[in-house]
Amino acid sequence: MKNNFVLGAVAYAPKVVTIWEGFKEYFKEHDFSFDYVLFSSYEAQNEALFNGIIHAAWNSPLAWVRAERIGRALNTPVSFGPMRDSDQDLTSVLVARKNAAIVTVADLEAKTIGFGAYDSPQARLIPLHHLQKAGVKSFKSRCFDVLGGKHGDHIGGERLAAVALMQNEVDACWMIDSNYQAFSSDGTLTAGETKIIATTEAYDHCIFTMAPRVTTDPALQSVSQKFTELLMAMKWSDPKVRHLLELEGLKEWRPGRTQGFQQLSSAVDEQAFYDLKGNIIEPNYRY
Amino acid sequence: MSQIIDIEDLGFDSGAHILVKQCLASVAPGQDIEIRGQAAEWQTQAAAWCRTQGHGFKRVDDRALISKGIEDKQRWITTSTSATELLDVASPGLGLAARGACVEIGSPEFKFRFDRRDEISTSNAAELYQNAINAQWNPNIAIDWSQPQEHSDTLETAVVQLLTYMVENENAALIVPARFLGQVHPHFREIQALLSIQIADEARHIDVFNRRIALFGRTPGLSTAGGQSSLKTLLDESQFGISEFLLSVLGEGTFVNLLQFLRRFAPDQATRKIALLVAKDESRHVAFGMSHLAERLESDPDYRSTLMAAVRARYDSLAATAGLNEEVFDSLVILAAGSLSPDSIATGFKEVQKLLKDMEEGRLYRVQRLGFSNAEATEISSLHTRNFM
Repeated sequence: MKNNFVLGAVAYAPKVVTIWEGFKEYFKEHDFSFDYVLFSSYEAQNEALFNGIIHAAWNSPLAWVRAERIGRALNTPVSFGPMRDSDQDLTSVLVARKNAAIVTVADLEAKTIGFGAYDSPQARLIPLHHLQKAGVKSFKSRCFDVLGGKHGDHIGGERLAAVALMQNEVDACWMIDSNYQAFSSDGTLTAGETKIIATTEAYDHCIFTMAPRVTTDPALQSVSQKFTELLMAMKWSDPKVRHLLELEGLKEWRPGRTQGFQQLSSAVDEQAFYDLKGNIIEPNYRY
Repeated sequence: MSQIIDIEDLGFDSGAHILVKQCLASVAPGQDIEIRGQAAEWQTQAAAWCRTQGHGFKRVDDRALISKGIEDKQRWITTSTSATELLDVASPGLGLAARGACVEIGSPEFKFRFDRRDEISTSNAAELYQNAINAQWNPNIAIDWSQPQEHSDTLETAVVQLLTYMVENENAALIVPARFLGQVHPHFREIQALLSIQIADEARHIDVFNRRIALFGRTPGLSTAGGQSSLKTLLDESQFGISEFLLSVLGEGTFVNLLQFLRRFAPDQATRKIALLVAKDESRHVAFGMSHLAERLESDPDYRSTLMAAVRARYDSLAATAGLNEEVFDSLVILAAGSLSPDSIATGFKEVQKLLKDMEEGRLYRVQRLGFSNAEATEISSLHTRNFM
């Protein structure tokens, strides 16, 4: 069987191998020839998307923003596939200790705010955008930068920031809304001892990004369509695939959409992370 | 009208999802419930929770509507009708779950070799286990280890040799059920428990025998190739039913006679007490083997020929070995004699002959109770290992 549809994914944790091996088996059972390539960074993965190594990339929102910019600049646009139900309408929350004299973002002047990884859309770029819009400027920033290039997928930076919050090392810190509950459940944040003082606008998260040639080549187009159809056919009620959905953190696949990346795109411009052609212009970004 | 729940000032960082889940359980997929609350930013938290759970979420002023997403009930299956009713065959998918639990479809499959009720179980297993629990004893309390040696060194040597032999027998009696234990489907939890406590019994026996050997400063005596060869055949047996027959019905049953002999003739109270307590434990092991085989033979009378064949095969494989350690036999005579005078030895010798006869009668009785004919029972008993176990 010829492997004619190759997906790129970023190995942000060991479970990524388990996930895509499982998907490979699922596709195989449905006579769909599929393989995957793992990258250690979204930046390398996006480059592979444009130089013909992979047909599609399982991209972070930041990686989507970059791919979309590169495609537009080269006049070889990318397209998008499905996303998880859990990728839609996320917010990030700014959390402070309950007894702190911080009620709104205005109280953060001269305070220390903890951020996640340098390249984390959810725990740094979008939050910075939110603070800028709110007019908060003179805060001290402490970035918990771990595993650069993985766009904060590993949530390690968010967790370190949360730990720092509980140890009084920072006055507030950012995390995805669902991580607020996860960190409360696992005890990283002491239950009832914290409060949310700000919430960002809603944004979307990961999305399958199709290489330019998939968009233009009719044969590849139909292969990618089959890929999408098979994903959409995965049902939570099916015990054979449910463990894959659980591992990947979704209940159902949904048709993709891109309006949820607008806020991040503005943040990227504002913080000069990528230029309009998708070049990395942030000098402090290490991956 | 939709259900309404007020989570008051409880946040999702402190368990609010539990109340919401309870409320959602009472509505069908697609139906809404209304949530009210006062915790700071509770709607943001509720939205995040709904997203991870696959439920719809909508803010409506200071309230929220949650639309129930997927129905999770279909992931559960009840494969056992109740916690007490045993399945004829426990499926691999039940795995480690409590008997009677709702087990999620798609749970990993565990390959337990003993997953058939008739192959492993007995209907009075729970009762046998309760008896075993109630009869557990603590060697530190039950046995007085403080008494000095008042008997001769000759008798002490005999005690030590006999116990040395008994330790190796108990090692076999521990290892055989231990090997089966990990292969029993946990659905048959009474059997699991019974085997476990049997193993604990044997561990205690090994401990007290060793402590008794060392009590007056001795080290263990002789261990013979013939004795170990006999025990090795028990360890080599992979069939549970055959193993129960050879080890428990024939072997441990015979061992009970030996312990009763020791209780009668041991020169010190510690050994006599040990023999009494160990014999009680072994009698329970025999009872388990008898119950299991009686039920199995009732439903499958032809299984008798399998047991018969196993006894013959074991006899053949041991034909070239020496049988009972002569030192053990002599020790039994010396213990029954109480001294080395010719008259006493003659008396001791008679007592040991009587012991062998008692052992033979005990085996015949048990085997006949399992429905073997007189002729079959006589053959089985006569072919039983000369090593007693």
